[in-house]
Amino acid sequence: MSDETHDGVHRHPAPTGFIRKYIFSLDHKVIGIQYILLALAAVLVGMTMSLLMRLKLSWPDHSWSLLAALFPGGAPNGVMNPEFYLSLVTMHGTIMVFFVLTTAPQGGFGNYFLPIQIGAEDMAFPLLNMMSFWVTLVGFVVILAAIFFSGAESTVGPIGGWTGYAPLSALGAIAGPGQGMGMNLWIISIAIFCVGSLLGALNFITTLLNMRTKGMSLMRMPLTCWAWFTTAVLALLSFPVLLGGGILLLLDRVAGTSFFIPGGLYVSGVLSGQNPNFPLHTGGSPILWQHLFWFFGHPEVYIAILPGMGATSHILATFARKPVFGYRAMVFAIFAIGLLGFFVWGHHMFISGMSPYSAIAFSVLTLSIGVPSAVKTFNWLGTLWGGRIRFTTAMLFALGFVSLFVAGGISGLILGQSSLDLAMHDTYIVPGHFHLVMGVASIFGMFAALYFWFPKMFGRHMNESIGKFHFWVTFIGVYCIFIPMHVMGLVGMPRRYSQFTEYGFLDKLHPLVLFVSISAIITITVQIVFYFNVIWSMFKGQKATDNPWEATTLEWITSSPPPHDNFAGVLPVVYHGPYEFAVPGAPNDYVMQTDVGVEVTSGNGHNGHGH
Amino acid sequence: MATMVTGTKPVTKKSSGSGSKAPGPNGNGRNGHHFFEPDSNANRYRIGMWVALASIAMLFTALSSAYIVRAGSSDDWVSIAMPKVLLLSTALILISSYTMEIARRNLKASLVSGYSRWLLITTVLGLGFLASQLVAWKHLARQGVYLSSNPHSSFFYLLTAVHALHLGCGLLALIFLWVRSTMMSAGKVAPRRQAAADAVTIYWHFMDALWIYLFLLLFLWR
Repeated sequence: MSDETHDGVHRHPAPTGFIRKYIFSLDHKVIGIQYILLALAAVLVGMTMSLLMRLKLSWPDHSWSLLAALFPGGAPNGVMNPEFYLSLVTMHGTIMVFFVLTTAPQGGFGNYFLPIQIGAEDMAFPLLNMMSFWVTLVGFVVILAAIFFSGAESTVGPIGGWTGYAPLSALGAIAGPGQGMGMNLWIISIAIFCVGSLLGALNFITTLLNMRTKGMSLMRMPLTCWAWFTTAVLALLSFPVLLGGGILLLLDRVAGTSFFIPGGLYVSGVLSGQNPNFPLHTGGSPILWQHLFWFFGHPEVYIAILPGMGATSHILATFARKPVFGYRAMVFAIFAIGLLGFFVWGHHMFISGMSPYSAIAFSVLTLSIGVPSAVKTFNWLGTLWGGRIRFTTAMLFALGFVSLFVAGGISGLILGQSSLDLAMHDTYIVPGHFHLVMGVASIFGMFAALYFWFPKMFGRHMNESIGKFHFWVTFIGVYCIFIPMHVMGLVGMPRRYSQFTEYGFLDKLHPLVLFVSISAIITITVQIVFYFNVIWSMFKGQKATDNPWEATTLEWITSSPPPHDNFAGVLPVVYHGPYEFAVPGAPNDYVMQTDVGVEVTSGNGHNGHGH
Repeated sequence: MATMVTGTKPVTKKSSGSGSKAPGPNGNGRNGHHFFEPDSNANRYRIGMWVALASIAMLFTALSSAYIVRAGSSDDWVSIAMPKVLLLSTALILISSYTMEIARRNLKASLVSGYSRWLLITTVLGLGFLASQLVAWKHLARQGVYLSSNPHSSFFYLLTAVHALHLGCGLLALIFLWVRSTMMSAGKVAPRRQAAADAVTIYWHFMDALWIYLFLLLFLWR
């Protein structure tokens, strides 16, 4: 067979043309960087939107001349109207969850490092990999288009929250501002994103199952690989459900079906069926949308955070110079979190009229996620215990991840109880909770990952001094932003409101609102320093050796940055577990996975099988 | 501190170093000294196909659960009468599954011309299935039953369309395999070719089973 000689795409020599090398590249490393750049672009949009929201909340009547020029409809005379604010809420959530928290950890770092860490020369299906990125990018373009197609409606996008609850999202333009073409584009964008993520998940799973190098048994894989694998499984099983729900929602909007729209609705002065713009709808179930959405939505939060957990475990062990405490327990905890994540979606719907018996079941299952989460936290602390810790920027961010995960997770135990959630669900305690635990904790995981792997990806270090400054301001900043929200929530401040000037009992909270906004402005400003550090270090950073952190896993045996086929034509052979630090009797304080001639007898339970 | 291991060559050499553990199994038996072992390379098509099917199954699970909830939670449900031509669709896709299996076994026995012929027959049967589904749609439309007429017809059009879309992708794969098969010479078949044929066969059987499932769901659960 002629094609036997060039079997597999990545056996080609490295492409030389600019387009094949950097644009339509099949190389998982380039695709990973493309995903990271996409996330870095998307997070700018999402962050700007959160800044605008804070401005509105703190100075509701102030006139911003720039906004008057940019959005004459949404901010007449520079004062943001409520619809403008609500569309900001929607787009901020959508862009952050999908195009930042799902793309950077999995599509970005997972794409770059999963094949290298298991000793493969590329992903199993490089062409699919390239397609998954480009499909995701098209999704991003469509969501940006949603901003502009809603311009005539005095919003910057659809209104519906990132959850797009029906029937509001299902009715079409009749339902008011932000319900026209922008909402169609929002649904289409998410459907496109689903397809891109599915292609990626398929690739991750196949690669991990099929392409591990000799000696890389499952229990010798770095915890990052376990996290990316579990994340891929979650994506594979949850995104199709969102896709299905999205198709039904779009049909309700454009084809006159009644999947989610109940009968007898009276909207904007029009009764269903009495107006050509509002066809007759009967018998649909809005709750059905919530079930479909949250069956996806809850696994989605683990899709966002599991890679951060993997990176944190990896980085803590490296800089504590100790093996990960309880490697096997960590693996099973990742699985347990992933598995339980599929059975708790109802805790997002306690206030939607759910049977108390269902609520109890969902509540108990939700709280039980605390067990594997506590196992992970305990093991992180166990890894740190007695270590000779090297406080690099990557380490600081990993420690920050643990801190934020615990701080945000605690309030999860409160909100997971249906009786408490009924009172707290629509207050600021919920944004406070999820931003800490799945928002900034995941982002901290990615910051840690970027500072840690940057030398490998670009052959240069990021600046550590700038990095530490970035860490401390961001770390203190996010606590100053999100902890006060818990207090606001307990006082009863409702979320999603654009201003609170009409609610006398909330007047006393205004200084706190201001404090949050000023913290947010400072924290966001400091991210400029981070962007500068990334770009400057790519070209001017201190040159990195192949293994600057004295780490053990396979990405550190190859050059920085790695060659096109990762290992310069010779695949590594693995002899040890992934975290053999401080092995008694070994010549170094770390034993690389490929080292031969080193006796590893420590009972870490992960050097081989049979324990 | 001793020098760090920075290259790849020293560590991948076979060594009789004392005490180093032998490389453990990794589930596919790849040899570190060669880029690919054909079997491992080919296996990924089968693995990838099963993974893809899991995701497609989840899509239809979501739509089925919506169907069941929608059917049970409302009083506006009007069952549509089954277009008789769907029995023909069912027969066609069942037969096509059988012919696909014959094609796959022909390839396994290195009978390239038989493989090619049965692929073509399967493709024609698949196109016949799609045509038959289209006739069913036309039949309903003639009765004035459209997508938005009632919940049952909504789900009927939706489920058949999503299934047809997936089957259409399968047809593209069949045509691709058939074009490739016409360029194959007789003799030993590359594992990669066999794996591709296996993967498409798995997919095709899945589409068959999926249609039977949808058919029963749509016309027994109403």
